[in-house]
Amino acid sequence: MRSGDGWAPAADRRALELRARVNARIREFMVSRGILEVETPALLQAVDPAAALQPFRVEAGDGRRWLHTSPELPMKRLLAAGSGPIYQLCHVWRDGERGRRHNPEFTLLEWYRPGFSLSALMDEVEALVHHVTEGIRELPAPFLRLSWAEAMTRCAGLADPHRADIPALRETLAVAGVDVADAGGEALDAWRDLVLVHCVEPALPPSVFLHDYPASQAALARIRPGDPPVAERFECYLGGMELANGFLELTDPVEQRRRFEAENRARAAAGLEPLPIDEAFLAALEAGLPECAGVALGVDRLLMWLTGADAIDAVLAFPWERA
Amino acid sequence: MASYSTNEFRRGLKVMIDGDPCTIVENEFVKPGKGQAFNRVKLRNLRTGRIWERTFKSGESVEAADVMDVDMQYLYNDGSQWHFMHPETFEQVAAGEAAVGDAKKWLKEQDVCTVTLWNGEPISVTPPNHVVLKVVDTEPGVRGDTAQGGSKPATLETGAVVQVPLFIDIGDEIKVDTRTGEYIARASKG
Repeated sequence: MRSGDGWAPAADRRALELRARVNARIREFMVSRGILEVETPALLQAVDPAAALQPFRVEAGDGRRWLHTSPELPMKRLLAAGSGPIYQLCHVWRDGERGRRHNPEFTLLEWYRPGFSLSALMDEVEALVHHVTEGIRELPAPFLRLSWAEAMTRCAGLADPHRADIPALRETLAVAGVDVADAGGEALDAWRDLVLVHCVEPALPPSVFLHDYPASQAALARIRPGDPPVAERFECYLGGMELANGFLELTDPVEQRRRFEAENRARAAAGLEPLPIDEAFLAALEAGLPECAGVALGVDRLLMWLTGADAIDAVLAFPWERA
Repeated sequence: MASYSTNEFRRGLKVMIDGDPCTIVENEFVKPGKGQAFNRVKLRNLRTGRIWERTFKSGESVEAADVMDVDMQYLYNDGSQWHFMHPETFEQVAAGEAAVGDAKKWLKEQDVCTVTLWNGEPISVTPPNHVVLKVVDTEPGVRGDTAQGGSKPATLETGAVVQVPLFIDIGDEIKVDTRTGEYIARASKG
């Protein structure tokens, strides 16, 4: 960057045009499938307390608020009120998430499908990606589907990924020649993620869905009982980049409250501020959230893939440092 | 002791890793799915020059390294140590073989080098990008052959051996790129 040109946009004209075109195609796709566009507030009195997410806190004149990290909770209140299938295309904020593929403020496409299975929603994600990219950049191949365990076995050589303990995961990283020092600490899921990031992601097919995650990585997804139990959750990867995360949604208010409280305990243990529980959301679950599947897709990531950009900055008018 | 959190990591930051001063070459933020965030960091060990990648948990802190790059004039070699002087304070430091490393074959008295100091002690020396050195040995020059290709080895006054065009003679001074060890041009005719 030349000194003095800090005012200028980071995205070029082509990227700006492409974003407008992608937004239009997303809406076209949603309309064609009878999914209703909705808008929910970005500044909320309570947000998802997930310990891995840092919401921005805002001091309003009449009290404390948080910028949403995704529109999930209010959208589920709409679903509980009988909205039927809905989508939202909006900005969300996550403090501290800045890097080649991250900007703390980014664009999310989130949609919910009452009555859909996780598999039907994966089909729809694939159809949307086809619709949006058609004639702009050809998709590498039909999307494959691999369970998390299959991917960990194929790409990292773990015999029984769900039962692999910290020493086994450490050993896998050591054999692969990856230096992670003690980055995972005492947390089994952190070690699983280290293997995923270093050994699995670089070896994934160019377009793939991973599904059936460990139950401990369920977030707001339902857990399917079994041996082992698994989270009914998927991640969509395109060109080695995580594009979308889908859930078969948890509808049980008791289990949901228990998970929120567990996240707040994890926040406290990590020295983070616990967050208020969204009672309006839990009341909506009490009233009855229809069985549904939902997914959030990173629109900036899709634009990165479409333009072949190596960094998210190339598709943002004004990335974090210029905002 | 000062320390840096991973969210302060950026290219050029000097940190202590496993007891050695290192510089951050590249820093990448990664965050899988619903999980923990990490920083994948490419580091260069300033003592050994080794470059490798290590992953840190985001939010973790790392001790800062007291490392400075100082431009200093190369004075002389006493047989075991290379002596440098700060051009303004006239302060002198002596660097051993390990710190000077490959730079020694480009060091000419009076040239200004970058000396990396850790806790005040030199740990590495970077010669100027371009140096002018005298040829002390090479096959006799081929007259008139200033345009044609072809090269031959030439030994320079510092002991470095570089490939030079056929017309270069003993006594000529040549300009060399120290980063690649390649001949650039003849600086003066011997």
